Amino acid sequence: MTATDFDVESIRKDFPILSQKVYGKPLIYFDNAATSQKPQAVIDSLVKYYSEYNANIHRGVHYLSQKASIAYDDVRTKVQRFVNAETDKEIVFVRGTTEGINLVASSYGRKNIAAGDEVLISAMEHHSNIVPWQLLCEEKGAILKIIPMNDKGEIIFEEFEKLLNARTKFISIVYISNSLGTINPVKKIIAKAHEYGIPVLVDAAQAVAHLQVDVQDLDCDFMAFSSHKMLGPTGTGVLYGKMKLLEDMPPYQGGGDMIRSVSFEKTTYNDVPFKFEAGTPNVADVIAFGAAIDYLSNLNHATIESYEKELLNYVTEQLSEIKELKIIGTAKDKAGVVSFILEGINAMDAGMYLDTLGIAVRTGQHCTEPAMDFFKIPGTIRASFLFYNTKDEIDALVEGVKKAIKLLK
Amino acid sequence: MNQAIKDIEQEIIDDFKLFDEWAEKYEYVIELGRKLPIMDDTLKTDSNKIKGCQSSVWMTTKFTDGRIYFEADSDSTFVKGLIALLMKVMNGQKPEDIVAAPLDFINQTGLTTHIAQTRSNGLMAMIKQMKLYALGYQMKAETH
Repeated sequence: MTATDFDVESIRKDFPILSQKVYGKPLIYFDNAATSQKPQAVIDSLVKYYSEYNANIHRGVHYLSQKASIAYDDVRTKVQRFVNAETDKEIVFVRGTTEGINLVASSYGRKNIAAGDEVLISAMEHHSNIVPWQLLCEEKGAILKIIPMNDKGEIIFEEFEKLLNARTKFISIVYISNSLGTINPVKKIIAKAHEYGIPVLVDAAQAVAHLQVDVQDLDCDFMAFSSHKMLGPTGTGVLYGKMKLLEDMPPYQGGGDMIRSVSFEKTTYNDVPFKFEAGTPNVADVIAFGAAIDYLSNLNHATIESYEKELLNYVTEQLSEIKELKIIGTAKDKAGVVSFILEGINAMDAGMYLDTLGIAVRTGQHCTEPAMDFFKIPGTIRASFLFYNTKDEIDALVEGVKKAIKLLK
Repeated sequence: MNQAIKDIEQEIIDDFKLFDEWAEKYEYVIELGRKLPIMDDTLKTDSNKIKGCQSSVWMTTKFTDGRIYFEADSDSTFVKGLIALLMKVMNGQKPEDIVAAPLDFINQTGLTTHIAQTRSNGLMAMIKQMKLYALGYQMKAETH
């Protein structure tokens, strides 16, 4: 099957929200990098859980609790297979990418990073992969170093290599940039880092919906991603960590489920991954996240990737023809995102105009203020795509942008 | 509340009642923004700046014969339109009237459902700044 055979219309029927109208116009949803829409199967899964087997898990001896526990634990195995982890014990459920990164910075970071050590991140990181490391470095007297990028929004690999030294203790890097769309060569970065024995965390928040992610092939030490950007519900996500690293790490939060035995004198902790899952977890959303993984797994990944590539090439070509428009982020390898500015027009004004046409885009800094500063711009208009978007929708966007220029210039 | 302020607010609310659609309201605000007098670049200083997440606003005031006159600008035409609305209500009013006014008329224009970002980052900050200026003039007047 080729991308042109891909039946997008039948896919769209699986997503009830996509058929609605806003302001009397068909909704065109191009804010997928912020959050994806949900297929009916995910919505049904939530409803089914709450209507049929809502219970607290891992503690109850009764029927509902057992059923919910099994469903919850099954998702761990689904995630393991989805990212090809060695064992499902390497899958920790967290609130989302942000919490995953914070968990590593707080737990691994506090234990292993000392005064004078260096932590590396890139110039295109989301704030959630900047601030946790700043907090850690501030606390420890460590130094945060930035891997620079070029004008296209690509990491400069030679500069990255130059930054590596005996003091470098950790690298945390984004897989696909949410504001530029750049796909970073994380496998190459990880291989280089490992020559120095440096562990690497991959922020895969944008990647999981677009690429087939394989943690063993990448050989990353940690990976964080969110359910809601890959068709699942908000409020849950995953931290993958290599078993040995997770076992050596102290707990992140204390509470129920993460302990083996508690006394006032001495508490012992549960095994990985439960050691990192204090309190009642987000059972409903994790179970529905499982339905999202099932949905994604049933699609042909190669077809999806080539269809999305086709969409990205098409929108890039169409927008490039508008002379007042400049695309920000022109890396050779890109996925899912086209970010642009319009000469002399405030991005928010243009975004609001597109909203009046029923087109949902994001405007501003996209939580990547340093990347915007690098390009010396206050922000961009960002259209971000998923496999349920169509060329017709892109045509509407391009028309909308042209009209916005006419109105606002 | 001061009758003059109330009347102007009502006038604006009535103007917006003419529009059914968000698109029309948007274009009307853009139109107002275009007509806002240009602010001199020398006044666009950091101390006059109210920084929002998606747009910047510069604001300054004049105080003549017991009345306040605001001057403001933005890099967003839409925000300039909001400034025009606020200035229509507040320019030439007495400090105590501005301090006392609820200034929530924009809620009744139906714009607020569409401008969550502007409201949280720009509009509320502008109104707060205008009230602070008014409060400053009011206190100055009272101590004299």
